[in-house]
Order: sequence, then C-alpha cells, then structure tokens
Amino acid sequence: MSYYFNEDHQLFRSSLRDFLEKEVRPNVRQYEADGEIPRSLYHRFGEMGYLGLGFPEKYGGLNLDIWYSVVFIEELCRMNSGGLSAAIWAHPGLALTHILAEGNEKQKEKYLPSGILGKSIGCLAITEPFGGSDVQALRTTAIKDGDHYIVNGSKTFITNGVNSDYIVTAVKTAPENKMISMLIIERDRKGVSATKLDKLGWRASDTGEIAFDEVRVPVENLLGAEDAGFFYIMQHFVSERLGMALQGLAYSEYALEVTLKYVNERTAFGRKINRFQVLRHRIAQMASEIEMNKAFIYSLYQRYADGDYLVKEASMAKLLATQLNDKVATECLQMFGGYGFMEDYPMARMFRDARLGQIGGGTSEILCEIISKIMIDQVNYKTPINKNK
Amino acid sequence: MNNYYFTEEHNLFRESLRTFLHKEVMPNIDQWEEDQRIPRDVWKKMGDMGFLGLSYPSQYGGMELDFFYDVIFTEETSKMFSGGFTITQLVVQYMSSTYILKYGSEKLKAKYLPGIISGELISAVGISEPGAGSDVANIQTKAIREGEHYVVNGSKTFITNGVYGDFIVTVVKTDPSKGPAGVSLLVIDRNAEGVSATKLKKLGWHSSDTAELAFDNVKVPVENLVGEEGQGFYYLMGGLQLERLVGGVSAYSGCEAIMGYTLQYMSERSAFGRPINRFQVLRHRMAQLASEIEACKQFVLYCARLHNDGKYAVKECSMAKLLATELSDKTAYQCLQNFGGYGFMEEYKVARMFRDSRVGTIGGGTSEIMREIIAKMIIDDVSYEAASQPSSNGAVANGKSENGLSLDQILNGIQSKAADAKPLGKTLKFDFGNEQLFIDGTGEKNAVSKDNKEADCSVDVSFEDFVALTKGKLNPMNAVMSGKIKIKGDMGVAMKLQSLFG
Ligand SMILES: Cc1cc2nc3c(=O)[nH]c(=O)nc-3n(C[C@H](O)[C@H](O)[C@H](O)COP(=O)(O)OP(=O)(O)OC[C@H]3O[C@@H](n4cnc5c(N)ncnc54)[C@H](O)[C@@H]3O)c2cc1C
Ligand SMILES: Cc1cc2nc3c(=O)[nH]c(=O)nc-3n(C[C@H](O)[C@H](O)[C@H](O)COP(=O)(O)OP(=O)(O)OC[C@H]3O[C@@H](n4cnc5c(N)ncnc54)[C@H](O)[C@@H]3O)c2cc1C
Repeated sequence: MSYYFNEDHQLFRSSLRDFLEKEVRPNVRQYEADGEIPRSLYHRFGEMGYLGLGFPEKYGGLNLDIWYSVVFIEELCRMNSGGLSAAIWAHPGLALTHILAEGNEKQKEKYLPSGILGKSIGCLAITEPFGGSDVQALRTTAIKDGDHYIVNGSKTFITNGVNSDYIVTAVKTAPENKMISMLIIERDRKGVSATKLDKLGWRASDTGEIAFDEVRVPVENLLGAEDAGFFYIMQHFVSERLGMALQGLAYSEYALEVTLKYVNERTAFGRKINRFQVLRHRIAQMASEIEMNKAFIYSLYQRYADGDYLVKEASMAKLLATQLNDKVATECLQMFGGYGFMEDYPMARMFRDARLGQIGGGTSEILCEIISKIMIDQVNYKTPINKNK
Repeated sequence: MNNYYFTEEHNLFRESLRTFLHKEVMPNIDQWEEDQRIPRDVWKKMGDMGFLGLSYPSQYGGMELDFFYDVIFTEETSKMFSGGFTITQLVVQYMSSTYILKYGSEKLKAKYLPGIISGELISAVGISEPGAGSDVANIQTKAIREGEHYVVNGSKTFITNGVYGDFIVTVVKTDPSKGPAGVSLLVIDRNAEGVSATKLKKLGWHSSDTAELAFDNVKVPVENLVGEEGQGFYYLMGGLQLERLVGGVSAYSGCEAIMGYTLQYMSERSAFGRPINRFQVLRHRMAQLASEIEACKQFVLYCARLHNDGKYAVKECSMAKLLATELSDKTAYQCLQNFGGYGFMEEYKVARMFRDSRVGTIGGGTSEIMREIIAKMIIDDVSYEAASQPSSNGAVANGKSENGLSLDQILNGIQSKAADAKPLGKTLKFDFGNEQLFIDGTGEKNAVSKDNKEADCSVDVSFEDFVALTKGKLNPMNAVMSGKIKIKGDMGVAMKLQSLFG
C-alpha cells in the first residue's frame, strides 16, 4: 500500500526493473572497468523514454508526474553503481533541467528533443579547482567581445565532463563580478579540453576536469539572464538535492535487501548468522532509519510537486539520507565479513560509491550552513524566479 | 506551508488548546513538579473545554474526531516541558481506557468512559510487574474466578497514575496454566479492598505518580473483565501500537520544544563578544538535530496516517517509537550542552527535559524490545494480526484476511467453484506463507485441498489478495503486473486463474 504510487506507477516500476535487469545489470562491471558508460546506453534509455519522463511532450518528453522520476531514480540505484546512476542522471537531471527552465525556445529546440532521445548528452559544470563549496567565488570568465563571449578558466569534478557534447557552464561576465551567468558551451569549440579523473568510487562515470582556453562562444548561448545564474543554481539545487537524498535512500534500501538475503544464507557457529541478536538489532535499527528517511523524502516530493518552497527541507533530506547511506554501507559490509571486501559481492562497490554522497551536490557542512542560516538567521533563499510556485 | 494532515479546523483546535495550556498549565508546572502531583481540577477544566475524549464516541461525551486531533493533543501537551504532566493524561486517553473502549462491554464503557472524558476519572494501565517488564507473557498476577468474582493476587510496578488514579486496567492471568493464552484484562478500582500502592521515587517525570501496586485477595466482579478471557495478550498487542505511536508523537514534539527553547537561549547568550549562535559548531549541531527532528516527525505523522486509516502498523509504530525516543535523548543531551552551566540548573527547563526524556526508550517497550519486534518482522517474516473485536468469535487464527475470513471458512466455497470450472489439466498451488491451497486439475474435476505439495505452477499471494481474487475484486493480470502475486513455474496455468474464479 502506498500513498504516493498508484497502479500505473507500479507497472512502470516492474517494466523498468525488467529492462534494467536484462539490459543493464549484466554490463555494470564492464562499465565500472571502462570508467564510463557507452553512448549506446543513453540511446537505449532515450528510446525507452526514460530520459524524458517529466519533460513536456512538445520536446519528445512523456510529461509524466514526479513519481515516475522517483521510480526511475530508485530503480536505477538498484543496479548498485553510483557512477552509472550519476552518468545517466546528470544529463536529464542537471543539464536538461537547466535548459528546460531557463532556456529560450531556440535552445530548447536544439537540446531537448535530441537530449531526451539520448542522442546528445549534456553536463553541468559549476565546481572549479579553486573552490566548490563557495560557488560565488568561482573564477571562470566569459568576457563579451561583440556577439561572442571569450571564455577562460577551468572546471573540475564534472560528471559527464569528458564524453558529453555540451557543457552548461557557470561563468562570470567580468572578473570582479560577484554574479554568475550560465552559458552553454559546445564540446567541439576550439579551446575546450578535458581530462578524465581517477577516483575512489563512482567508477562508471567519466568525471572530468575541463579547461577553457580563449573559447569563443556566441552570446545566444547564454542561458536565461546575465548575472542570474546563482539563483538558477540555488533553485535547481532543490531538485538536485532531493534526487541525491532519494539515491542515498535507494542505495540503503538495496543494501539492506541484499544483506537480509545474505544473513539468511550464511552460517557460523552452526546457525544462520541472522540468528545473532546483535546483527538482528543492527538490521532493525537500519530498517527503521531507512523507513524514516523514506517517509520524509516522499513527503518532500509531494510538496515539491505541489510547488512548495523547500530549500531547507531538501538540504535536510540530502544531509540525512547520504549520512544514512554511508552508515548502512559500512554496517552491511560488516555483515558480509570477508566477502564484503570482495568485488564479487555488492557491498564493496556500494561502500566506496556511498562516500561521495556527503561531498557532491553540496557537502554536509554546506547543507548545515544553509539550514542554520535559514533556521537561526532567518535568511530567505526564496527568489522571484521560483517557477515552481 | 503545505500540510497534508491538518485542516483549518485542526489548526483552530490547536490554537485554542495551546491558549488554554499556556494559561492554565504552563505557569503551574514548576509547582506541580515540586508537589509531585497534578491537581484534579486541571483535568476537569480540560474536560469542560472538550479537550478530552477527542476520538471517543459521542454517547459517552466524546467528540468523535479523527486521529489527527489526538496527534495535536499529544503534540501540544508535550510542549509543556514536563514529561510528568504529559504522560498523566496520555496514559488515560491512549494507553488504558482505550482497552475498555475497544473491547469492553457496554456496561464497562458506560461506567468508566464518561468520567475519563469529563476529566473526573484518572485511569492507569497495569502491565509491568517486579519480575516481568519486557517479558510480558511472564506476568504472575492471578485472577481466579470464584462465582461472580475474580480473586486477584499479585503485584504491579512502575504504574503511572497508580497512586492517585481511580481504576487500573490490569493484566492478569485468569488461567495460569495457559501461558499467553491465559492472559486477560481486568478493570480494578484503585480503592477496592486489598489494593495498596507505594509511590516510587524516580529520576524524572516528577509530577507524575508512579506506583508499585499490591493486590491482596482483591475481589473484582466478573463484569469487570474486558472483552473475553484469554484474549488479553492480543488486546495488549493492539493497544501497545497506539501507545507507541502516541509515544513517538510526544517524543518528537518534545524535541521541537527543546529545540525552540535552545535556539532562543543561543540568540541571547554571548561569549567571546558575540552571541553563541554565531559559533559554527553549535550552529551545525542544531542544523543536524533540526533535520533529524523534521524527518522523524514526518515519519511519525505518516504512521499516524496509517493508524487513522485503520492499518495495523506494528512495524511502523515500533520504528516510530524507537527512533523518536532515541532522538529525544540525543536532542535533550545536545541542547543541554548549548546552555553550558545553566543547562544543569533547574532555573532552565532543559534540565528537566533531559531527565524526563530518559524514560522514553524504557517505558512502553524498551528500544531493545522494539528492535526485537522489528527484527522478527523483517528477518523472520513474522506478521502480527489485529485482535478481533469480541463481538466476532474471538479466536485469532493466522492466515486471516482483513475482513476476518480464514482459509477454512472459505475452503468449501472454493471447492465448489473450482469443481464447476473447467479442469486446469495441471496442478496449481497458492502459497500464503503459513498455509497453502492445492488445486489438482489433472483429473475430471479440479480438486482442492490444503496440501503443501509441489505443483506445476505456484502462486505466492497474501491471503487477503487471494480472497479479493476469488471475489473478482482483484484482476489476476493486474495483480501479477503490480507484484501482488508472484508466479513460479508454468505461467500457462496462471493464465487460467480468471476461469477458475470467474
Ligand atoms: C564524483 C564527483 C562528481 C561531481 N560532479 C559534479 C558535477 O557534475 N558538476 C559540478 O559542478 N560539480 C561536481 N562535483 C563537485 C562537488 O559538487 C564538489 O566537490 C563539492 O561541492 C565540494 O567542493 P570542493 O570539492 O571544492 O570542496 P571544498 O569547497 O574545498 O571543501 C573542502 C572541505 O571544507 C568544507 N567546507 C567548505 N566550506 C565550509 C564552511 N563554510 N564551513 C565548514 N566547512 C566548510 C567542506 O565541507 C569540505 O569538507 C562532483 C564531485 C565529485 C567528487
Ligand atoms: C516512569 C515509568 C512509568 C511507567 N509506567 C508504566 C505503566 O503505566 N504501566 C506499566 O505497565 N508499565 C509502566 N512502566 C514499565 C515499563 O513499561 C517497563 O519498565 C519496561 O517495559 C521495561 O521493563 P523492565 O523495567 O522490567 O525491564 P527488563 O525487562 O528487566 O529489561 C532490562 C533490560 O534488559 C533489556 N532486555 C530485556 N529483554 C531483552 C531481550 N529479549 N533482548 C535484549 N535486551 C532485552 C531491556 O531492553 C532493558 O535494557 C513504566 C516505567 C517507568 C520507568
């Protein structure tokens, strides 16, 4: 029984699950070894309609309610590859989301239909080598020169940063400017180069460092208004953080599921290890925390769908669910004993992938900053552009 | 802000209750804590205002409101910074008299419910004994029937309202030879002959009276039996869900109160030349707590919704109680820290909140017992069924559907239906987990039995969904797609389900 998912959502879930089990699960280890997912996978997802679930029909989307996207994220996480989820999700969830919200008709025509089909892939580049948390301090500049911007600077830790076709980039139109603007930069422009980074987890995604060297970008590539970028970013952080919260939750649920199975099969001292009270109580505690996070996150998706202002709550949800994922990954791995450390079992990958949760999309410390500013200093992050209202 | 649980009327009710509490209760709390007693007239006033018996039937003076009024009642009384005050009335409304309401005879209801709704009567629930707390099945207090009376002997301990209350819904063994099946609930008047109480001294909850009760040949009329003999354990199982849910509401609401109180203090107190709410470590501690409180609250409210919708949510209520009371301890501890030395002084309410909170993870089932219940449900697939109302025949069999049917009760119907339908040509098994239904369609007619044998096709389904299937209320194909039923083996046989029950 669910207050949120109806019969149609459930049908979608089971068909999506079949698809993922058949076409994705067998290849996950290959993607992890390759350090990226193949283009053809985006195409398949596009063909199936999965990249345009919530997008308007006009651009080839399915215009479905938010719960389909929730199902999509949850099921994708069951593949137990943070890199896979990130690579898939960064495209519609970050890049296309910015374009849909702030893009003009021409930009939407150019990027949405092909993006939804999985033919062209985007990424979102905010973080720089000099600073990630302090977004307003970023240094990449886009100086106007006639009908072009000349872009100089670099971005790092960018998901899909190597293989994507275009980069939705946060820039400043003057070095001394405090305000941020968003610019779409095509990969094939002269002066754009990228290096793939080697990392602890999320191995199936190509996380890149991108350099811009005198890149000429037409002014028509500006996304939304000049200097309004920070507000756009803040606004989209809500859906991004809810998404990350949901991922933290979904991985935790999956970890518990596989662990319940394992402790029911493994024996020690002549009995199933699920007979040991300490393990049982640890499982009960985790299950409770998972249920709690779930009720919280679903309640926020409901409010999000209804257009509520959720900067504080989305930060709270991401904070808690990514902490939960770290804890669950650690404790579930423990219950697998030595097998927990082996790549043949699911917990090793989940353990290293989970570690990113508290860093990406705003660190836990930054989330606490936001929450305490709202709660203690009565700061209001509401902006006139809150389109959801 | 959007709210999915509370309507405009709920909010008005909250306002008026809050106004009352701030006028009549808050200013007196310190005194009551010192007196270790709450005067009766405050309950009478609350009764007069219509704040008691919110969801009780109107024939006893209740308001017949939905459960979210009870949530509001619990939330607001939990913000008075005195766990002792809160628990006194929560025990009456949600943890003791509820057994009379749900399972008691008309006579018992008429005798006791009007008083607890008007605020004139205070009730208690007597479960724990000196020798048995967590292990409820092991209680020793006996009630042996002699003619028109039970003669009660034994003792109870840690009983809230046990000193100054009027009656105790007492857990007794009417048949000591039977274990849990010999447990019954009996209403015992506090001042009946042979009942005596000793007030216990305790760490917190100072304004609440906690008693050790002794029963020495107490004669209790047979009509004081709640429901049926031997059903007490099931009634308790049901009642405890409500108790735990209310405990969860009370705990997160208390957290919100301490949180607000602490933020206020942090904005006023200075150190090193600035308000202490400028220190990042303290700010982040509060941000973390606020997040946990908010998530916990949303979860408990979700459980309240399940309860309001009539769901028997054993797992969720246990989780809610576990998480909320543990969070309350953590919140009280960390908030007290932010007060520095003043946190240790009675001048500030945070000291009281700290000690009052400590009982949360003990009373109403300890955290360990909550985890036992949860572990049994998710690891061993144990499921708990709601006790039936005594008006139906009483026995609680496993494999009962929500509408009270058991497999045996519908077996005949299915046998004749199946015999009328075209033979399946194969064998088919429905697996309800603890029971199975086997249909042998290889003969001239489909033959139905309760055998647990290998079949060509096996269908995993809950008994409830199975009943819905047989009644045509659940479409078999939809049920397969939505995962309500799982099919192993020959799908072809499953395709014929419709013809079988059509
Ligand atoms: C795998 C991966 C994928 C990513 N994908 C993307 C992407 O697609 N697009 C993108 O733009 N970015 C992406 N990021 C970047 C990510 O958002 C940043 O790493 C993150 O915001 C933190 O920034 P930083 O790494 O510069 O850390 P820093 O800002 O240098 O922080 C270092 C430490 O200091 C703490 N700290 C900073 N400020 C404060 C403060 N005020 N108070 C207390 N503590 C503080 C931080 O919490 C952290 O613990 C990705 C990162 C990773 C690892
Ligand atoms: C202030 C107060 C008010 C109360 N009010 C009432 C009331 O109104 N009515 C009423 O009936 N009772 C009341 N109680 C009693 C309360 O419900 C019990 O204290 C509680 O159920 C625990 O029982 P116990 O004290 O006998 O502890 P025990 O059962 O002796 O437990 C001791 C410790 O062992 C642990 N433990 C026990 N079994 C297991 C196990 N299987 N696995 C792991 N650990 C285990 C417990 O968690 C606990 O930590 C009240 C208690 C207090 C303190």
